[in-house]
Amino acid sequence: MSFVTRGFHGRRRDDDGRLPPGQHLTGDFPVLSAGPTPRIPLDEWELWVATEEGTRHTWSWAELMALAADEPTVDIHCVTSWSKLDTTWRGVSLDTILADVETAADYALVHSYGGYTTNLPLEDLLDGKAWVAYEFEGDDLHPEHGGPARLLVPHLYFWKSAKWVHGIELVLEDTPGFWEQLGYHDYGDPWREQRYQGD
Amino acid sequence: MQDKDSGEEPVGGAGLDGNVLAGPLSEVFAVDITTAVGRCRGCGASSAIATLRVHGPQPGLVGRCPGCDDVLLRIVRTPDAVWLDLGGLTSLRIPSAG
Amino acid sequence: MARAAIPGGLSARRAWRPARLLERRVETASASTLVLEVADWPGHLPGQHVDLRLTADDGYTATRSYSLSAPAEGDRVEVTVQRVPDGEVSTFLCDDLQLGDAALLRGPVGGWFVWRPEQPGPVLLVAGGSGVVPLMAMLRARPADGPPFRLVYSVRQPDDVIYRAELDALGRAEGVDVRYVFTRRGAGEDDGDERPPGRLRAADLDAAGWGPADAPTCYVCGPTGFVEAAATILAAAGHDPARIRTERFGPSGS
Repeated sequence: MSFVTRGFHGRRRDDDGRLPPGQHLTGDFPVLSAGPTPRIPLDEWELWVATEEGTRHTWSWAELMALAADEPTVDIHCVTSWSKLDTTWRGVSLDTILADVETAADYALVHSYGGYTTNLPLEDLLDGKAWVAYEFEGDDLHPEHGGPARLLVPHLYFWKSAKWVHGIELVLEDTPGFWEQLGYHDYGDPWREQRYQGD
Repeated sequence: MQDKDSGEEPVGGAGLDGNVLAGPLSEVFAVDITTAVGRCRGCGASSAIATLRVHGPQPGLVGRCPGCDDVLLRIVRTPDAVWLDLGGLTSLRIPSAG
Repeated sequence: MARAAIPGGLSARRAWRPARLLERRVETASASTLVLEVADWPGHLPGQHVDLRLTADDGYTATRSYSLSAPAEGDRVEVTVQRVPDGEVSTFLCDDLQLGDAALLRGPVGGWFVWRPEQPGPVLLVAGGSGVVPLMAMLRARPADGPPFRLVYSVRQPDDVIYRAELDALGRAEGVDVRYVFTRRGAGEDDGDERPPGRLRAADLDAAGWGPADAPTCYVCGPTGFVEAAATILAAAGHDPARIRTERFGPSGS
């Protein structure tokens, strides 16, 4: 970097060895959004999964609550360079949600209330790697952070963990989502620093 | 214009408007686009770009229609490129100097 | 565009270039004015802003927008920065940037929220908190024989008023009216302040000579909630929405 302002370090803390390249620790939980925060009443909330064949599965809030929940403790990494370690969540594994869904799709396009979308390989939602999370650090997930429920895919950059998750469209071909259409990486592995297309 | 940043609500909150797009758009356009009037593909409302509701600047800037909140434009700055989406606009009327 | 006001042309506006800190003036407990030197400054219009970028030695950058607070003097330009608690850019600019050191600057930019001295009619300025900064640039650019200006400046308490002495002096000038709206704690009736503290109301923006019939151009700048409220009051009073220009910043900025 050719031009440095002497003494400027930003509001960041030091690396403790658990951070992917180019990341910095943060103590708070920054709010990033691409639009207004949707407010979805729980009695209207719904999660849907649509297969490439057109089959549609839905869960109401009560049905989601009736599913077995996990309490993962995970590190999260935002593409804007903050990371947060040992965050605790409660939610339902995608393995549970997709258990009875028959599909030949290789990819998922995740849809949120409010219109946001993000894409990822279906296998990255499976095998204990992803959840529909509705509690954060012991409390109901705040709307600013994606409540009532958000996707949690901590091994990818956090924009993949769609807030206000509404549906999962299973598709045969990778289909770029909201940020992926505009230069962000289709996969987004923080350990390979896949921030932008071509990384 | 003031720092949009705070410990509680850093770099991605709402609460900006289209005036803040002037700098990023100046990388792309030879004229100031914030004075241009865009027509929303969703609701048909016409708005000066300066009056859009803007979210960002990270991961990118998102300009929404003040009438219906549809996305009108998006800007992402990567290390080697500017990505620009104007797909939410049916037209952009740019006043000429004459 | 007022082409004459931007003689440097487009290439000069686009580039990031060093802005060296010449002087820092403390305005209030939480706001400071930075006098910056920018080589070959092309001039600017009151209301325009600049983007400032700080770069750390590992390449990390943070960029924010700040309104220019005064007309340029050659290559000297001024911005006033409100310190946001924990704001990584504003606190650095207010407390840590050393005299002689530089940040990167892009601008001047923005052609919407500007006052052009040649435009006709009176000017009604409505400020919320540090939203006064671009409006101060307009007041400072007003020629002595310029159109009538009125500033209604909403701020928490008297100590938070930026540019107090200069505003009071300006307010005594012919054709300029300066009025404060204190939202939390007023100056007290002993100081002639009879308005009880409280948020901006319709009555604060309703004065003889400043109604819709007088067709002032209204410039409203402040935190988002303040701007929405003020613009709603002005529109409800009958001001033409085409003459209400707004600039919002984050909710924490007041």
